[in-house]
Amino acid sequence: MKTDFEKRLLDEFQRDFPVSPRPFAEIAERLDATEEEVIGALEKLQDEGTVSRVGAVFRPGGVGDSTLAAMAVPPERLDEVADLVSAYEEVNHNYEREHRLNLWFVVCAKDREAVTAALDDISRRTGLEVLDLPMIQDYHLDLGFRLQWH
Amino acid sequence: MALELNDTDKSLITALARGLPLVPDPYAEIGRRVGLSEADVMAAIKRLSEEGLIKRFGVVVRHHELGYRHNAMVVWDIPDDKVADIGKCFSKFDFVTLCYQRPRRLPDWPYNLFCMVHGRERQAVLDQVEELAKKCGVDHPRYDVLFSGRRFKQRGAVYRLAPEPPKAEAAE
Repeated sequence: MKTDFEKRLLDEFQRDFPVSPRPFAEIAERLDATEEEVIGALEKLQDEGTVSRVGAVFRPGGVGDSTLAAMAVPPERLDEVADLVSAYEEVNHNYEREHRLNLWFVVCAKDREAVTAALDDISRRTGLEVLDLPMIQDYHLDLGFRLQWH
Repeated sequence: MALELNDTDKSLITALARGLPLVPDPYAEIGRRVGLSEADVMAAIKRLSEEGLIKRFGVVVRHHELGYRHNAMVVWDIPDDKVADIGKCFSKFDFVTLCYQRPRRLPDWPYNLFCMVHGRERQAVLDQVEELAKKCGVDHPRYDVLFSGRRFKQRGAVYRLAPEPPKAEAAE
């Protein structure tokens, strides 16, 4: 269970995070807490994995280049292929999904050539086809995620 | 299209990719790592946000750990002349966190609109998908719901635009 303090930290600072010399002190003031308590709570949330990071979400295609890739991996090879894919520095999300195309991952690199090179390398090493689905348009204005607490 | 980035931006983006260090003066700390002043770091974050390169700056949560155990990538085959309107409509719903147009790859892959839908129950996700189709006026919706299975890797993007800063941060 999350404390009310943790819930407010998670809810209210997904965007417009203070960009000032002492941001955690500024948050502390708004939450009626101390700077140490804010830092301590964020460390805990980050350690337990609830918070991935406190930082920037970059617009896809704005920095370097990226794509979403998909593979149809024979089930008995899924662990092996997933590990091989995850080991790439260029891969940041890698999920199993319920579909014939059962492995989905995002590849980010400094330019299109580097993205293609990573996909080609994965295809060559696994002997499997890799579907390359680069973004054409982003329709979502990221305002964070409104959590519904139970 | 990718923006022209100067070397300062590149160093900073590389440093920000894994998130702020949790210390009282994180911007000064990042500045020390990349050789900038605290004021320069803060100014650059504000500028990159205004330019839209930084889409959002703040706490990045993981849905799964917060009880949203049922997450699906929902893929739709939408006529090209309607995809922009429908994409914008989908994006207005709280339970949709990403919405991208991507190319079809016929004959294997007929879908051109992708969105992520999050729910606490599997049925909730399916209900939300029907709600999207109905409320955004998708006629004869053709879609597929790809529920997430195992998560093999999840972290912020690392673009390797610049050499690693000397003091490496622990990976997630």
